Amino acid sequence: MSIDTKTHATTIVLHGRTVVGGVAEGEALVTRETISGWGGVNPMTGTVIETRHELHGVSFKDKILVFPGAKGSSGWSNAFHMTRLTQTAPKAMLFTTMTTKIALGAVVMRAPALTDFDRDPLEVIETGDWIKVDADKGTVEVTKRTDRDE
Amino acid sequence: MVRLTDSEKAMLDGAEGAAKQKAMALLVRYANALGAERFVDTNNIAGVPGSSSLFLKNYYKDHNGGDYNAIFSLYDLDSDEIVEVPKVSAYSCHLQGGMDPDNWMKMGQTQAAFDHFREDEAAVADHGVQILKTCTPYLAGNVPVKGEHCAWMESSAVVFCNSVIGGRTNTEGRESTSSAMLTGKIPDWGFHRDEFRYGTHLVEVEVPIETVQDWGMLGYFVGDVVQENIPVITGVTGQPNLVRHKHFGAAAASSGGVELYHVVGITPEAATREIAFGPRRPVATIKYGLAERRKTYESLNAIGSNESVDFVMLGCPHYSIEQLWEVSRLLDGKKLNSGVQLWIFTSRSVKSVADTNGYTKIITDAGGLLLTDTCSAISQAVPKGTKVVALDSAKQTHYLPAFMGIEAWFGTTKDCVDAALTGRWRGALA
Repeated sequence: MSIDTKTHATTIVLHGRTVVGGVAEGEALVTRETISGWGGVNPMTGTVIETRHELHGVSFKDKILVFPGAKGSSGWSNAFHMTRLTQTAPKAMLFTTMTTKIALGAVVMRAPALTDFDRDPLEVIETGDWIKVDADKGTVEVTKRTDRDE
Repeated sequence: MVRLTDSEKAMLDGAEGAAKQKAMALLVRYANALGAERFVDTNNIAGVPGSSSLFLKNYYKDHNGGDYNAIFSLYDLDSDEIVEVPKVSAYSCHLQGGMDPDNWMKMGQTQAAFDHFREDEAAVADHGVQILKTCTPYLAGNVPVKGEHCAWMESSAVVFCNSVIGGRTNTEGRESTSSAMLTGKIPDWGFHRDEFRYGTHLVEVEVPIETVQDWGMLGYFVGDVVQENIPVITGVTGQPNLVRHKHFGAAAASSGGVELYHVVGITPEAATREIAFGPRRPVATIKYGLAERRKTYESLNAIGSNESVDFVMLGCPHYSIEQLWEVSRLLDGKKLNSGVQLWIFTSRSVKSVADTNGYTKIITDAGGLLLTDTCSAISQAVPKGTKVVALDSAKQTHYLPAFMGIEAWFGTTKDCVDAALTGRWRGALA
């Protein structure tokens, strides 16, 4: 942990393994539930549509999506590939459970993605936190929302 | 980083043409994302190569008019340039598609969409891909053997291949299967490897599991609890047939991400509980008793309140000939309620048997339709004005109401046929 003297913000740095390289910065959207691609999201709007999901109706467009990983149909990569075409994709993905669905989806989404972290991102990161992802270096810099609001 | 053999390296360097080069490049990105160390050879691939929705066709219209080469290159291979796509090198089949080839109009499709569907199909066939057009390739002539390395899409087919047959496939996606069709390669990761196939969770079944509905509910419960893990089911008495496995696996792959399950004493890698778990100890033990069964049924029926049914959809996953025989016996000589439509989905090959056996005629005479290639969830098509659907598939119940914004009832095939004949939902947990 370090204290930024200008903003008094607390930042936390996580280290992970590169799934897809690149850098991105944005607001975190966190869920402890896995996300279904085909049938679970609407790639035209970038929202979760699974009726039983805690993010039902919520948009992940331009967010740093923090979640356990993928579930459901083999259309996962297709659904997230489509979000790249419709420009509703998340800016980056941080996830904890590797599957073929999410690996392929992250690759074709071409957004930075990391996994295998030294600390559980689902414990450290909350929705609304500000996240800087450097997937080439494997680092995630988290600025807590409460600190930013001060 | 994934290690390549000399021939894989040569493909990546373009020695076998630009398309294989792009396919290998995508597979290398994918293997590195997974953390795979090598590739395995595969000669059994099931995917949806080059198939293009009108959205994709329009999106790529400035690239060769969005033809097969353009969509296969830019989308399937995720390439930044269009390459000439050769015929496939490995045995490949096309899974389900977007509409019934004869009754597309009744499914609300336009002439333009149908023309495009025909064009697509001709291009796929021309590239050497078998047009099976089903989510159940194992009922339409593509049955792997135990230990065979496959690269399949379609979660219900994947879980069947791994669990019931003992074939080896991950849940692949469109881009990886299309690339594998050209190269015969897929990352050696996950279910291709012995150490990944052992059970993680023990499920102790304490109620009789007999009917197709029982198996569907158990699958839906198990998937929800274990998510993407590997359940080992004990306490099942009796021998589930193909249809029961089909409904169990499809449900478990919808509520969760189950790609392999073991049923002790029944499935090929689970002669005993010890063999099923191998070196692993169960991370959790889960009970499935009367209360869990009841809760699962209620959860599947939570989106139905209007007992007036106007649509019945059967055939998720695509019906087997046994299921069509059962439905035709329930419908024989009867007429559907005037306010209800009945759509039953199967593969083209199974339908040809149903045609010969007279089942298609029985269904049609009753006022229903026997359709192929797709289903309501895949094509996002229900009869105009549908408000309440009755379903015998937990998987379809999971997806269809979310897509279409309609109510749904889940029950037995008999409950559903009864609803088709009466217009009322009278299903209840037996």
